[in-house]
Amino acid sequence: MTTAIAPDLTARPERRDLRVTTRRVFRSEWIKFWSLRSTAYTLLGAVVALVAFGLIAASVTSGGGTFEGPGEGATDPTDISLAGTQLAQLVIGTLGVLLTAGEYSTGLIRSTLAAVPRRLPVLWAKAAVFAGVVLAVGAVAVFGAFFGGQAILGSDGASLTDPGVLRAVLGTVVYLTGIGLLGMALGALLRNTAGAVTTLFASIWLLPGLMQVALPDSWNDAIGPYFPSNAGSAFMTVSPGSDLLSPGAGLAVFAGFLAVLLGAAAWQLKRRDA
Amino acid sequence: MGGPSVRTGLTTWRSTVGSLDPMIEVTNLTKRYGDKTAVDSLTFSVRPGIVTGFLGPNGAGKSTTMRMILGLDRPTAGTATVNGRPYAEHRAPLHEIGALLEAKSIHQGRSAFSHLWAMAATTGVPRRRVEEVIDLVGLTEVARKRAGGFSLGMGQRLGIASALLADPRVVMLDEPVNGLDPEGILWIRNLLKGLAAEGRTVFVSSHLMSEMALTAEHLIVVGRGRLIADVSVAEFTARAASNTVRVRSPQAAQLRDQLAGPDVTITSLEPGVLEITGLTTDQIGDHAAESGFTLHELFPQQASLEEAFMEMTRDAVEYHATTTTTTRAGASPGTPGDELAEAGRAA
Repeated sequence: MTTAIAPDLTARPERRDLRVTTRRVFRSEWIKFWSLRSTAYTLLGAVVALVAFGLIAASVTSGGGTFEGPGEGATDPTDISLAGTQLAQLVIGTLGVLLTAGEYSTGLIRSTLAAVPRRLPVLWAKAAVFAGVVLAVGAVAVFGAFFGGQAILGSDGASLTDPGVLRAVLGTVVYLTGIGLLGMALGALLRNTAGAVTTLFASIWLLPGLMQVALPDSWNDAIGPYFPSNAGSAFMTVSPGSDLLSPGAGLAVFAGFLAVLLGAAAWQLKRRDA
Repeated sequence: MGGPSVRTGLTTWRSTVGSLDPMIEVTNLTKRYGDKTAVDSLTFSVRPGIVTGFLGPNGAGKSTTMRMILGLDRPTAGTATVNGRPYAEHRAPLHEIGALLEAKSIHQGRSAFSHLWAMAATTGVPRRRVEEVIDLVGLTEVARKRAGGFSLGMGQRLGIASALLADPRVVMLDEPVNGLDPEGILWIRNLLKGLAAEGRTVFVSSHLMSEMALTAEHLIVVGRGRLIADVSVAEFTARAASNTVRVRSPQAAQLRDQLAGPDVTITSLEPGVLEITGLTTDQIGDHAAESGFTLHELFPQQASLEEAFMEMTRDAVEYHATTTTTTRAGASPGTPGDELAEAGRAA
């Protein structure tokens, strides 16, 4: 083997070969996403939660019983079959947190940002990979739960062509993806897995309940619908009640939360020391 | 240069260094955390073609400086450029500088191969190059295993593999020999010299002078975030040499009286042994012969490089190993009490 001590300038390869591009960063994040075994298992867990709980809730209801557990109290056949959403969002939200906070807890972030020192492409690529995967996997699971549940409910079941049903089913896929991205943004902001998971689920589950206790009813009626989980319910429920926003408004509020948090994560990623 | 012919595996993939001199330039670089100054107005440059050692005691600001060069930390003041530009402005960053910062900058659940493959993907480095660097650092057999099970030395090798991935013009390694066994240390010494011989800029930090003396040609010495010296290793070694002569003789006391003079300092740390400054070995030997004294030992002493380094950075050492809490009262400059006070201030 010869060692080139005097560089031959004419033989210098095009530097363009090694440029960092959006597509390459996306590819890198894709490799990172699938090369952790825990990621695939977690996704599988979310699918199982969605389908299994939907089928259980449908079986219990069709037997004349009342389903107790996550999603209890639903009477609409679509809502019943999607009872697993409550649990699935826990799994997907946590996965979102792990994807960003995990970079900091393991030290991987230093390698990541050394490779892509402009930084922001990493966040967008991560979000795009995750959103794409959750949309695809979530769609399979949500439709699976819906059709499975309706089959069990039989004549009491709903059809996708019924008013609001398709919107609710697709809305559930979108909601799960959004919760995943919220987790991702919180993980990037707090850089700490436990802190971000706690913050995410406190604001989804605890905060609305606490506000109900702490605030006067009139205030609570005004603020309540704007919590992320309630805004989500507005477009995931077939016929949202009067205490919820309209589906369109709910989606807008939910998207607003997402935009603000991802924006904050991006701003901080750009300026804070890694 | 006598280029050590070590296989770096880089030139087989593509020819390397370009027309512009690859280098690192640091100007008035400063980093403060609250009221603590980690890096204090550092200015130096690192040239291609040689190994430059970045030397300083623990806590001297070496890692912080390297993180700022890589754009991971934002300087409070000053600039750091790689090959003429701030690192983040390069379009092919991993081709400009390959860095090993802390050994485990990796997700423990991912295999070495996947980690490198994901890094390579950001900049379009082909898969066969990933295999190549894995072979180069000797991780072939464990490349598909979870990196969480790696020893410190294997982690270092993986970090070095990632540094070499995209055929970098500048190689910057933070304490690369930490955790390596003697064989690994020898390997990295030759690797670094080989990279420099290919015309690359090689910048390596260490807190061990002895290691740098064997690897580096030039030294940037820092302490408490400040530049202490920017010298060639040869010059550093020459400076370190002192002119003390050790003499062992059964007639040490008489010899001492014989040699005493205005410019001569003689100390005796143990019976029968003299440490003499101000006279050469020739002069002492001649004196002894004239007076008929027997000499059992006549030996010019050079301060070791490690001692010279410690001398140079003594005031800049952040943490002294002290167990006592002696009061400062009555401590004159240069006494251990003074060092305690320094340590207390740093804490």
